[in-house]
Amino acid sequence: MAINFVEPLYEIVRDQTRCIKCRVCENQCANEVHRYDKDLKVMLSDETKCVNCHRCVALCPTHALKIVKSNNSFKENANWTQSSLLAIYQQAATGGVLLSSMGNPEPQPVYWDKILINASQVTNPPIDPLREPMETRTFLGAKPKDIERDENGEIKTKMPPQLELSTPIMFSAMSYGSISYNAHESLARAATELGILYNTGEGGLHEDFYKYGANTIVQVASGRFGVSKDFLSAGAAIEIKMGQGAKPGIGGHLPGQKVVADVSKTRMIPEGSDAISPAPHHDIYSIEDLRQLVFSLKEASDYKKPVIVKIAAVHNVAVIASGVARSGADIIAIDGFRGGTGAAPTRIRDNVGIPIELALAAVDKRLRDEGIRDNVSIVVGGSIRSSADVVKAIALGADACYIATGALVAMGCHLCRSCHLGRCNWGIATQRPDLTKRLNPEVGSQRLVNLIQAWTHEIKEMMGGMGINSIEALRGNRLMLRGIGLTEKELEILGIKHAGE
Amino acid sequence: MKRVYVNEKWCLGCRLCEYNCAFANSGMDDMVKALKDVEINPRIKVEKANGISFAVQCRHCKDPLCVKVCIAGALHLDEDGVIRINQDKCVGCHSCVMACPYGAIMPSGHGVMQKCELCLQNSSKEPACVKGCPNKAIVYEER
Repeated sequence: MAINFVEPLYEIVRDQTRCIKCRVCENQCANEVHRYDKDLKVMLSDETKCVNCHRCVALCPTHALKIVKSNNSFKENANWTQSSLLAIYQQAATGGVLLSSMGNPEPQPVYWDKILINASQVTNPPIDPLREPMETRTFLGAKPKDIERDENGEIKTKMPPQLELSTPIMFSAMSYGSISYNAHESLARAATELGILYNTGEGGLHEDFYKYGANTIVQVASGRFGVSKDFLSAGAAIEIKMGQGAKPGIGGHLPGQKVVADVSKTRMIPEGSDAISPAPHHDIYSIEDLRQLVFSLKEASDYKKPVIVKIAAVHNVAVIASGVARSGADIIAIDGFRGGTGAAPTRIRDNVGIPIELALAAVDKRLRDEGIRDNVSIVVGGSIRSSADVVKAIALGADACYIATGALVAMGCHLCRSCHLGRCNWGIATQRPDLTKRLNPEVGSQRLVNLIQAWTHEIKEMMGGMGINSIEALRGNRLMLRGIGLTEKELEILGIKHAGE
Repeated sequence: MKRVYVNEKWCLGCRLCEYNCAFANSGMDDMVKALKDVEINPRIKVEKANGISFAVQCRHCKDPLCVKVCIAGALHLDEDGVIRINQDKCVGCHSCVMACPYGAIMPSGHGVMQKCELCLQNSSKEPACVKGCPNKAIVYEER
């Protein structure tokens, strides 16, 4: 047998005094880490298979398990780190492109954490959201520049189609295929109950979910999977995915093992075949081409639905967004480089793209400078982790935020970053029937509703503290933000002052 | 009356209900103390075959066969709708085990029979199987 150079990164620590050998860890682990030895009468584990998803830890009734980082170490080297060595061993063994899931885990700066929020003192009183009205309702879509009136004083200006959200948060694109039927149902039911929207991703819409259409954004991506007239008519808005924060410049990849019967039907592709989306849309090589697709989709949906264009945050994002804002799109969605994915080449995930904070600030400024900010609403995603991130994003100029990783975590995801293996122990990123049933949508949707309600309460508290009583008044209000520990250049790009200024 | 209902669609077959049942009926205050190195004999049993699993325990029938066949008067249908067993009266004849169409009564291992009494009289105060189910595959509700 060839030497396995890739050593386990974790150790499973089992407190044998606590273990009652109920074998829940064993029956809940799709990676087959745990096993019961009849002769020794103990539970044993093989950590080489462990992905550190914590399913066993969470379900152990006597809290006998913990997973710790292995201190098995290579000789210390600040340049040739353990992760760089392991990657080489892995590639030398397989000859393959390294695959990863979920967002960029590298220690790049998180600007949200270097931005502080203001509060009122003395001269302009804070508002108590429990006693006074506080508006979190948000409308997304192009806004008219002027209001025209006819001779009778009636408003002539027609309002372009808008999306109404009860709170400025939406669940961003995750395809049926990359995530399970039950995860999709959880998102759809939660969005409906909350009065927000969720996004189908590029995998089409399962026939059972058409009834949630009023709270659905349907996505058209480069692979055009599952796109039909019915699909386009089913949702409240249509999103064209040009790029994704986790893997700018390449298309999606759904491994064939996840293309089971229902997924194959929904995507309109053969069962078991890899669903590989092209890197570009083959009909889009310019803003003019994009405009054609935007208007094709508007035509197909009777001009009743806003069209969203989603782009990844890359170096020239402000210029690209300026083009998109002139393409007829109603909403621009920008996805930062920490955004998640069900599968991406590791090197692309970790090295391509820019932080959403900088991209958002640059795009908002550019569109305002060019006088076209009202042409579009801006939605940002790519690792919005808390209500504070939402408040900061809106103050930087966003109209609303997209969350996906946060939503998955609410449903049980522990960010083990192994979605591409298709053995998600939490029943989210898998199509294996024995695993998908682990996510009961009744539980999943309730947890999502709880999360968004909690965030909304916190957003109101923070807005109230600033003396602001609506999202409208917070949007682009960069005076409410201060940077901490940032350079002049970073402050300039973010368009905010340093703390103390 | 509130009863325990099972939805096999969401049952993972993890058997946590069995362990929670055994613990709730152990009379002890710690699961490790109660169940360490013990072969459990729970009043709820997970049945598994061909990828389907579900938990079975007493249905608390309105017209219970077990009560009818009990030769010792140990089983009775209480006013609250719960079928209880008085183990002091049980003579261990197994008639109820034979009669129950759900296989929900079983020997306790001490010469008498045992069955689910919805945890109303033990330390759990509500069905421990329901409380401990990670996926709402067992619910305790009025229908």
